Amino acid sequence: MGAARDIIIAGLLLGGIYALIAAGLSLQYGVARVLNVSHGEFIMVGACITWWMFTNFAFDPLVSIVITGPLMFVLGILLYRFVYRKIMVDSESVEAFEGSSMLAAFGFLYVVQNVARWIWGSNTYAYTYMATSVTSARIPLNRLVALAVVAVVAAIFYIFLSHTRMGKAIRASAQDPTTAGLVGVNVYRVLGICFGLGLAMAGIAGSLLSILYSVNTSMGLGYTVIALIVVVLGGLGSIQGAFIGGILLGLMSSLVSYYQPSMTMVAYYIVFILLLLIRPKGIMGK
Amino acid sequence: MKTKALTSSKTASLALLGVIFIVLAVLPQLTQAYVIVLFSDIMKFVVLTVAWVIFAGPTKYISLAAAAFYGVGLYTAAILNASLPFPLVVILAGVFCFIVALGVGALTLRLRGVYFTIFTFGLVQLLFYAVAEVERIATGKRGRFVSTEGTETVYYAMLILVAFTLLVAVLIRRSRHGLALSSIGQYEEAASHSGVNVVRTKVLVFAISSVFMGMAGAIVATRRAYIDPGIAFDMNVSFMPVLMAILGGTKHLIGPVIGAIIFAYLGEFLLTRLPDLYMLVFGAVMVIAILFLPRGVVGLAQQLWRKYRGGARAPARG
Repeated sequence: MGAARDIIIAGLLLGGIYALIAAGLSLQYGVARVLNVSHGEFIMVGACITWWMFTNFAFDPLVSIVITGPLMFVLGILLYRFVYRKIMVDSESVEAFEGSSMLAAFGFLYVVQNVARWIWGSNTYAYTYMATSVTSARIPLNRLVALAVVAVVAAIFYIFLSHTRMGKAIRASAQDPTTAGLVGVNVYRVLGICFGLGLAMAGIAGSLLSILYSVNTSMGLGYTVIALIVVVLGGLGSIQGAFIGGILLGLMSSLVSYYQPSMTMVAYYIVFILLLLIRPKGIMGK
Repeated sequence: MKTKALTSSKTASLALLGVIFIVLAVLPQLTQAYVIVLFSDIMKFVVLTVAWVIFAGPTKYISLAAAAFYGVGLYTAAILNASLPFPLVVILAGVFCFIVALGVGALTLRLRGVYFTIFTFGLVQLLFYAVAEVERIATGKRGRFVSTEGTETVYYAMLILVAFTLLVAVLIRRSRHGLALSSIGQYEEAASHSGVNVVRTKVLVFAISSVFMGMAGAIVATRRAYIDPGIAFDMNVSFMPVLMAILGGTKHLIGPVIGAIIFAYLGEFLLTRLPDLYMLVFGAVMVIAILFLPRGVVGLAQQLWRKYRGGARAPARG
């Protein structure tokens, strides 16, 4: 009983972060049609900034979310405005745009990673923050706090999507950008904001991850892969799917690593590849 | 009009190609070892990029599986080169890759667009972790030693492979399969309705293109002496051909060749002088090529040529 409870708790705590990472990626692909394979690099930048501010200025990692989030948001808007928008204008079809924008994202993967390596070097850093356990199940406090932050971000985002004008415009553009444009939605602006929001989620996830795990400049690709798996699991482009997929992958990861830690990555990829073969649309896919 | 110009200059370009191959064939007698190693490396990228373009050029399916087949080639050489003759090992590497690619292709080529790309990306990572895990359990070691071949042997093997790859690429382009492939790239449903066996064509050409990647891997392995899963299933091996092909342009076969030569040489230059900048330049060139060179260096050259020719002809018309 105790083992099952520990596995489930650890899985849920991990799954929350996975969900946040994947939601950002899903938003970028679902609306802006950019499969941002450099997503993990922006998570890494968020984590490095958080670590850097904590060690140099004793800046609270939870407070640094209000810096990494907006910073990544602005970066995302700029990237969309000056790169992806041009690719979109030049592309003949949506498929061509998806291909080219994904390749551009691969380019950014290298650019961001190497600029970060210039700034922070290639050492691994870590710090301790709220490293105490609570309740009889001895849940690490920092993980619980991270999960709470994810829940708050998800709630805010949900309200934003369902109750604001911009949220409505985003949902319209996700369904059909051409028609959304016809009824007066400034589609490029909406897509740019979606891309920015996706990166903001990556930045926030990075801040949270830096509390839980050690940080280095090559950590990004691993998280990109996790985000891709979660997004495929939940359905490419579906935000609800990203949250469900995140929790599921978190549970699976904690189950596998309970019995055979070295098999976690292999298990991820087996699930991933089986899923692509059996149901590429994912759980919530249309 | 342009195709006509090409056919009339065909003999000239064939002669040029012949001269290039003869120069490359006698090169080891003329220069020192460093140049031979550098050229072998450049030719490796030519093989990988042309092989990538054989499938991805006409179909526009972005495959990131190059590292998977390259890695299979490396491991084939690592396991067999001590006991079997080198040419046989290279051929076997190609055969193994063909079989693996047939399986992978049959399973995955129903996937379209980004799903296919993600899958091939996942495949390389799966092989990396799976091989690392198998090696850990079976041998308890991380890597393997490969019985080596001389620099000249490697060079000539690579040169033959380049010629072979280019020949097959040209033959496929001119065959029924080439036409079928480009019709798939333009509109898959229409191709299927006009009687193209879409799945068979895609899987077959995908498998053929993987043969060269595997052979290149097997040849390179004999120069490296030591390999491990990190070297064999390195994602950069998957990205490089894509970048080189985009930089060169995928419409004509000369595009990937030029792209590979430019970037392999640039890579060598940067690695020796500014190793920190290497990957940064790599990423930046990728973004810039996608933004400003949609048809690659070759496309740009053609555009400039047309502008120049057009400008020269304009007064005569009036």
